Amino acid sequence: MPKTIKNKFVRGLSGLAHKQIFIPFVALMLLVIINLIADPSFFSITLGTNSAGYPVLSGNVVTILNNASELAILAIGMTLVTAASGGQDISVGATIAISGSVVLRVLCGTSTQVTTLQAPIIVAFLISCVVSMFFGAFNGVLVAKFKIQPMVATLILFTAGRSIAAWINNNRLPIVSDATFGYFGNFIPGCPIPTPVFIAAACMIVIALVLKFTNLGLYVQSVGINAQSSRLNGINPAFIKFLTYVILGLCVAVAAFIKVSRNATINYSVVAKDIEMDAILAVALGGNALSGGKFSISSSVIGAYVIQFLTTTLYSFRVQSDALSAYKAVVVIILVVLSAPIVREKLSEVWKKIAPKKAVKEAN
Amino acid sequence: MKKLITLLLVLALAVAMVACGSATDGDSDGDALIKVGIINNDPNESGYRTANDRDMKETFTEENGYDASFFYSLRNEEQIAAAQTFVQEEVDYLLISAAGTAGWDTVLQDAQAAGIQVILFDRTIDADDSLYVASIVSDMALEGKTAVDWLAGQGLSEYNIIHLQGVMGSAAQIGRTGALDEMVAGNANWKLVTQQTAEWNAENAQQIVQSVIDSGESFNVIYAENDDMARGAVAALDNANISHGVGGDVIIMGFDCNKWALEELLAGNWNYDGQCNPFQAAYIDEIIKNLENGVAPAQKVVIMEEKGFDATTITQEDVDNYGI
Amino acid sequence: MLKDVVLEMRGICKYFPGVRALENVDFTLREGEIHALMGENGAGKSTLIKVLTGVYPKDGGEISIKGMEGNAVIKSPQDAQRAGISTVYQEISLCPNLTVAENMYIGRTGAITSWRKMNSGARRLLENLGIPASPSQQLGSCSIAVQQMVAIARAVDMDCKVLILDEPTSSLDEQEVAKLFKLMLDLKNKGVGIVFVTHFLEQVYEVCDRITVLRDGKLVGEYVIEELPRVQLVSKMLGKELGDLETIEKKTVEKETYNETETVLKAEGLCSAAGIKPFDFHIDRGEVNGFTGLLGSGRSECVRAIFGADHVTGGTLTIDGKKARIAKPLDAMKRGIGYLPEDRKQDGIIGDLSVRENIILALQVMKGFFRPFSRAQAEAFADEYIKLLDIKTASADTPIKSLSGGNQQKVILARWLLTHPKYLILDEPTRGIDIGTKVEIQKLVLKLAGEGTSVTFISSELDEMLRTCSRLIVMRDRRVVGELKGEELTQDKIMTTIAGGDM
Repeated sequence: MPKTIKNKFVRGLSGLAHKQIFIPFVALMLLVIINLIADPSFFSITLGTNSAGYPVLSGNVVTILNNASELAILAIGMTLVTAASGGQDISVGATIAISGSVVLRVLCGTSTQVTTLQAPIIVAFLISCVVSMFFGAFNGVLVAKFKIQPMVATLILFTAGRSIAAWINNNRLPIVSDATFGYFGNFIPGCPIPTPVFIAAACMIVIALVLKFTNLGLYVQSVGINAQSSRLNGINPAFIKFLTYVILGLCVAVAAFIKVSRNATINYSVVAKDIEMDAILAVALGGNALSGGKFSISSSVIGAYVIQFLTTTLYSFRVQSDALSAYKAVVVIILVVLSAPIVREKLSEVWKKIAPKKAVKEAN
Repeated sequence: MKKLITLLLVLALAVAMVACGSATDGDSDGDALIKVGIINNDPNESGYRTANDRDMKETFTEENGYDASFFYSLRNEEQIAAAQTFVQEEVDYLLISAAGTAGWDTVLQDAQAAGIQVILFDRTIDADDSLYVASIVSDMALEGKTAVDWLAGQGLSEYNIIHLQGVMGSAAQIGRTGALDEMVAGNANWKLVTQQTAEWNAENAQQIVQSVIDSGESFNVIYAENDDMARGAVAALDNANISHGVGGDVIIMGFDCNKWALEELLAGNWNYDGQCNPFQAAYIDEIIKNLENGVAPAQKVVIMEEKGFDATTITQEDVDNYGI
Repeated sequence: MLKDVVLEMRGICKYFPGVRALENVDFTLREGEIHALMGENGAGKSTLIKVLTGVYPKDGGEISIKGMEGNAVIKSPQDAQRAGISTVYQEISLCPNLTVAENMYIGRTGAITSWRKMNSGARRLLENLGIPASPSQQLGSCSIAVQQMVAIARAVDMDCKVLILDEPTSSLDEQEVAKLFKLMLDLKNKGVGIVFVTHFLEQVYEVCDRITVLRDGKLVGEYVIEELPRVQLVSKMLGKELGDLETIEKKTVEKETYNETETVLKAEGLCSAAGIKPFDFHIDRGEVNGFTGLLGSGRSECVRAIFGADHVTGGTLTIDGKKARIAKPLDAMKRGIGYLPEDRKQDGIIGDLSVRENIILALQVMKGFFRPFSRAQAEAFADEYIKLLDIKTASADTPIKSLSGGNQQKVILARWLLTHPKYLILDEPTRGIDIGTKVEIQKLVLKLAGEGTSVTFISSELDEMLRTCSRLIVMRDRRVVGELKGEELTQDKIMTTIAGGDM
């Protein structure tokens, strides 16, 4: 009996090895195991109170779930953009700066520090969504209509974005002192779980519903795999590509809103610096082909949590400052190589060779 | 219809870019005015630069007897090209905050040949000091030393410090880190709990401090190399209900003297903020006025006076005067 | 080897898994001649060229080249270049962002010593050949024809004895073709042997001296142009002898009679960006008609124009008696038109998607973005058609790209049948699939017609067309040149109409 269970387990594992979700999943497990060995208390979660007297959960796991939120949200949009247009948007960091600046501009008006908000928070958020989607649309038009390479097209905003952000607030860095605004990036009084975790979960639910109740997934994959053929089946490839950039724009707005709320302000020159690279990395770690086609958003999202897990792990190991990026690079190289289809195929071949032997051994 | 929308999108962005790209002014008349060409880094670069640029603009006005032209770029070669243009336009003074240190010799020699006086501000360059009349700079190492001396003066029995560094290799990071490293190396009761780069970023700082809190190690000082990072660190402390500031468990130190940061000091949430003085304009103004009267500056390199503010002694007046 | 022969290939064989691409093929090229290499799809033209240029290793036979002792060994395109064989492909393989001169000298070690020399060398060559381009101009700014000529100039400058032109004219207009021909004749007079691959009959008779015809990987023969009338050439390419009617079993019985009065679709003066001349067309309810003509004659472009697959530049469409505007495929689909494209890989399948997704795609798109089929519904559709068309696949979840060609084609067919079109266009539905499936598809077409669906059927195989179509529109060089029906539907008549011109 145990033998068959074992065999089933082996088969199940090798089946999983073919699934896209395998690599980010293994990466996540690896990080968990390394941390367990190094310091089991890494995973301890404590319920304390914050300075305002409300209960909050803290611990590395909470930090990871909390801080990966923006990246996870961006990974959703980046996956779609990658799948449809076979390229990546490198302007998301800069558009986060823009979108965040818009939130500040609407909430603070022209003064740098206000105690009373100039507009309701929801209005600020909606306006930032519109602006962010507009910039997404700009990228989308360049890619879909003018057929510019996505990286080149988004390079424009990558370079200009932070200047635009600075211009929105006249080079000033306004601070929102209203306490309720901080709820979205920190804690809602009484709820011990950080709000960004909920926002990220909500985004995932929304995209899951969208994929279930519309043909977005089918269209995006068709266009990414074979645009010409998709067109002959009545799909408008240019529009689908455009649409994915607008959706990414919306994801950017949500991520930017969390970022602004975390510190009640943003510094446009450093906020979300290099986040585009992390978002692309999340997509790659998720085993999605960067050249487009079939995609798995859940894999990308797990990829995003893997990246944050790695960052937090490195912080907790107190890695030296100047070596931090080197460590990260090494891990990333390993993960990306592992997720390359060629390597995956080889691995599953090796696995197949080992697995039957194991099964035989068990039988003896 | 689709084409129209496309066109509108492109146009709108183009307008947006032009709007934020144009920033120069300064056509003028009047022979009595002193013509100055000012080459600076992009004011969008940081709050420091914004304050610096605003200060320059407020000082070199027609009312003060100046005809000023401004040029901004973060790229050295563009700045050098602009300097060349200013030389051809025969300005009286050339004020430069160089983006990079190399490659300035030729244009400065041209300036000298044309009888144009050059004053460097904020940043130095690799060129013979005969090529400029004065250089007004901050001493980052001194800023660090002032801060560390202040901290030593707090007389704690034990210093367990979380050190949040800026982008590695930047002048501010090197200067501000150096002083602290030296002190830690020389005193047994000074200890770095962690020394991490948060890359001037509030969120990274928050995560680093959070990871220390989660590890359960105790600390009583946060030495952040800029205000943003100090702010991020405080957010982490607040979530963990660790008291900070005047009378609190943790001493909070920041740099740059942002207005909001000084207000935190005033409110007693932070303990110390080191100034990185962006207000060189008054010094330059004085030097130029003296030169016009035939008085050469007493020394070539002018180190700006930079304060460190203590939460217990700061006043609203300081906030208004020194906040950027 | 005769004195004026520059290239001789004897008994060339090339096998791919399961396919004999070339079997015992001979080819001889003489100095200063333009030699057409003709054949329909799958005849082995491109394989022969790839063997000659070292892209494929040959599995048998010998190649000898003038000036080289014994048998030439060509194992790579570099070897071919060294042996004096240059190739200009249909898609220009130069770099549009480099200058004309750079393109002419790139990748030729030792050819350039300085920019000045390179430019002056290029200028001299361009002038010599009468190519209207300046050496320092960016290649991308030249017209396609000039780019084509620059590619030729590059080949010529590499001191070639044999120049292979693989469909160089397919994207050129008439004047550009004329320029190209002038260049070819100049080179011919300089003693270069030119192998010219094309689908355009007119062009062959305009410039070529000799024709070698291949069919199904075998040599049909080599002919001097004056001795081979067009109609003979067509019959040799198609493999049907004139007057040889015995092989055709006309199954008129199977053809259902249809209601001639009820016109489903009518096109007048339709033309598209793909370069077809304006044509008229109509199809009645339950009718099966077809476009015939050689490959490249424009038969696919005609149906693509009807479906809105290419950008329509003129003409009107009437569907069910009402004027209709079809700007994109979705318009056509919504009006009940289905289109199975000629190029299954490029235009048909969505390779990485499953068989199920490929089957439901068209119907799903018609149903709308916000109304996806439930998983159960999609599975039901897929299972129904997998059974109906006997599609051999491991499961409905298998990616379509892992199916055999015939089964991929059936999936695409299922996709369109699922939309229940009233007018179905099938462009080469039987290409590259086994006999059994071919017959199935033919039967299916007749069955559909019997149920009232109108079908336009395009095939390279005349038998198949004769067996299924009750009316044929004949095309030559992107123009409709005739329409045959009833008693006229014979191979002879079709071939003479295709050949046209002088008999």
